[in-house]
Amino acid sequence: MRRLLENVMDSAKVRGADYADIRVVRRQTQEIEVKNGAVDALTHDEEYGFGIRVLLRGAWGFACSSRVHGKEMEAVLSRALKIAKASAKAQGGKILFPPAPAIVDRYQTAFHSDPFQISPEAKISLLLAAEGKMRKLQKVKISEAFMGAYKTDKTFASTEGSYLEQEIVECGAGISATAIEGEDVQVRSYPSSFRGNFATCGYEWVEGMNLLDHAERVAEEAVSLLSAKPCPSRVTTLILDGSQVALQVHESVGHPIELDRILGTEASYAGTSFLDPGMVGSFKYASDLVNITADATVPKGLGTFGYDDEGIPAQRAPIIVHGILVNLLTSRETAHHLGKISNGTMRADGWNRIPLIRMTNINLEPGEWTLDRMIEETRDGLYLSTNRSWSIDDKRVNFQFGTEIGWEIKNGKVGEMVKNPTYTGITPQFWNSCDAIADRNHWQMWGTPNCGKGEPGQVAHVGHGASPARFRNVQVGVMK
Amino acid sequence: MIGREAAMSLLKKVIQRSSADQTEAVLMTEDSSLTRFAHSAVHQHVAEKNATLILRVVVGKRIAVVTTNVLHASSLKELVERALLLAKTQQPRDDFISLPGPRPIPEIQTFSEAVHRLTPARKGDGLRGLFRQAKEKGFQASGAFSHGKVEVLVMNSLGVEAYQSYSDLFVHLIAEKGMTSGYVSFVARDAERLDLERLGNEAMEKASKGEPIQIEPGEYVTILEPYAVAELLAFLGFLGFHALAVQEERSFLCNRFNQKMVDPKVTIYDHGLAPEGLQVPFDFEGIPKEKVTFFEKGIATAVTYDSFTAGREGKTSTGHGLLAPNTEGPIPINLLMEGGETSLPEMIKTVRRGIYVTRFHYTNVVEPMKAVITGMTRDGTFLIEEGEIKRPIKNLRFTESILKALSRVAAVSRERRICSEGPGYSRRFVTGTVAPAIKVDGFNFSGVSAL
Repeated sequence: MRRLLENVMDSAKVRGADYADIRVVRRQTQEIEVKNGAVDALTHDEEYGFGIRVLLRGAWGFACSSRVHGKEMEAVLSRALKIAKASAKAQGGKILFPPAPAIVDRYQTAFHSDPFQISPEAKISLLLAAEGKMRKLQKVKISEAFMGAYKTDKTFASTEGSYLEQEIVECGAGISATAIEGEDVQVRSYPSSFRGNFATCGYEWVEGMNLLDHAERVAEEAVSLLSAKPCPSRVTTLILDGSQVALQVHESVGHPIELDRILGTEASYAGTSFLDPGMVGSFKYASDLVNITADATVPKGLGTFGYDDEGIPAQRAPIIVHGILVNLLTSRETAHHLGKISNGTMRADGWNRIPLIRMTNINLEPGEWTLDRMIEETRDGLYLSTNRSWSIDDKRVNFQFGTEIGWEIKNGKVGEMVKNPTYTGITPQFWNSCDAIADRNHWQMWGTPNCGKGEPGQVAHVGHGASPARFRNVQVGVMK
Repeated sequence: MIGREAAMSLLKKVIQRSSADQTEAVLMTEDSSLTRFAHSAVHQHVAEKNATLILRVVVGKRIAVVTTNVLHASSLKELVERALLLAKTQQPRDDFISLPGPRPIPEIQTFSEAVHRLTPARKGDGLRGLFRQAKEKGFQASGAFSHGKVEVLVMNSLGVEAYQSYSDLFVHLIAEKGMTSGYVSFVARDAERLDLERLGNEAMEKASKGEPIQIEPGEYVTILEPYAVAELLAFLGFLGFHALAVQEERSFLCNRFNQKMVDPKVTIYDHGLAPEGLQVPFDFEGIPKEKVTFFEKGIATAVTYDSFTAGREGKTSTGHGLLAPNTEGPIPINLLMEGGETSLPEMIKTVRRGIYVTRFHYTNVVEPMKAVITGMTRDGTFLIEEGEIKRPIKNLRFTESILKALSRVAAVSRERRICSEGPGYSRRFVTGTVAPAIKVDGFNFSGVSAL
């Protein structure tokens, strides 16, 4: 393979490319969905192909194909060069693309138990057992369990002489119970909503979830929500659990700090950002307690890898330090807007997509509180858990999130359960109202396997380290 | 594109190789290109060729699905073996009846040769013209211009054989000046129908009404353009217009059939053969698409079925099967809302004080059975006063029940528009929703963008 790819890169140079890279990617997916006592889906997916990106006369061209052989690679290179020539005539200015050192290396996710080596029977059996426990309650109309395993082998070569092989293994699982009564639909999930929690890890990640131990509680809470009182509408103190903090970080920090979005390349689709490069170094994004780091090296993070898709090593980069914005997510092409070099966040969704700036693991660093103390020191408020809905504007300012469940906090104690909790806010105001973050004992990695961006659409797997956190003066209960 | 004969030959071999009781094979090929631009400059131009085979095998009542884009002979043999092995590890699915048998497929033309003329150079020329046009008027243009050639072949061991080739072209565009922006999109099977200059003018006209002011959230008489209406329709389709949602008791239509649920001016249906939409003759199980009406003059009438949900009720599929294994249900993807008796300008004249919305952004479900969703407005939100669009306003957040909004429809425009999100996230299969503009007497805006 190496000789083949290097030949194509040599050919790109001969044909005038200022820079070129090729990625050959094979991705395997195995997914199992169990619903109401039956296996709804048992699938195995395999995708294989390559993409060539060329920079010619200061303009990009990209083409790709699922037929992986030398002759097709030359044809695809020709197509990419032709596209770059056409793009050069309709672009604003030449792309600045600083050189990067040539690296030859191999990276592999660390894991104990290959999820593809665990038999489908064993996985189905676990999921059916957990799902069956939830179905025992009559008002649970939909009981579901999911498990997914993903393996990506990618080989990257560039005209700069880099040759990088990576094997990234991911897996995850989750359960959910939907209780329905009349027009009321209530959902509880574990360990997180929308299929569960995911990590770059082996099957031990799923085993560590102890799905069976949580099934009954999940079902009971879903049923209890049917008779719970609605979330009140008022301004109050809000404590979010770790999984909802992860979603809050994702939507109101992770996306706004993507420099390509800030520069406008998503303007007509995913949107832009309220930030601009001039705010780096001075903008008070959050309260002094808040430290946020982009860390592509953290073990088990769903956004953990060895090298990004333009050959830059994975890094740990502070983004918000004591509330001040100090950096953004950057690429080789964009980092010069900050006077910096890339912090290695360019990733593509497979062989047939061009790399974009994507979140890696955007982590809210742990604070010094315990959750118990946080609650004890809250006179009046709400504790909300597990995301149910999310929405944010095209500049990532006005957000509204809903969670599956909430509890009132009265005089330092957890009180009555509330249903359909929602809260809304303005990004910098909200983060500046953060006055407590739970410590490392409460901190864990949350994987988001469905982060959408770009056209054609790309789905990225990203991670967030988070623990529960408290926010003051938040509008809750915005349900119609 | 590999063509009907080669595609059929490939899938026949796969089905013949399978020892399953029933086997279904779907082949999707794609040859596509997408150009993105921002600040009136191209920043991304990509091209893709791919072919994917989705194989569903049924052993007794055990079902497995395997997918690959590695299509040489040895890998296809492996694919079939893997599918059979996987099926044997499965639990029997007692409520599965059968894959569908063959039905006559309507012959319609969904491919236009004009798509072949969209070379990178021609697309670049077209966009350069658009950028000049924007610059002359002081605007910046951002958007995407994509076209594709797609083939779909569905075959199964019961005799289904359905092949169709599709062309598509999709453009969406925002024009920006200062803090205001205007959106327009275009989708068609025939590339000759594209008029970039007209689209540019429409987007710029929308963004040329001055800087936005902030207004207080609350309930307003609201005019929704077809883009916004199409998004509401898509949510209804996902949440409740299909049989699986009803069978699982999570559809807002549960126990409401034959009852008035929305205003009598509202008729919503799915029709793959409607010439005003992006035509699709059959579904991903090779079954011809039937017209299914969900709301007939405000009355809840019917839902869509695929073979699985139909089998559970002893019915036949309405031709709304999606790609296997599809656990989401037979969600309708060719939605239309019937036009009314007024025009958009006439509609605006009837509003003393209200809001005009071009499109929504990042919408999501808040309460499924009431079809309550939330989202933001963007790229053309205006204050209407005394029958005129007065000026742009800052984007608003809405939290509203779609059903409640459709119960308050005061007017529906005659003119309709095909609205599309374009190629989407997975395999390319461009679809569109045909929607009119509507006037809603009381639409709930729950917040405002602070910037």
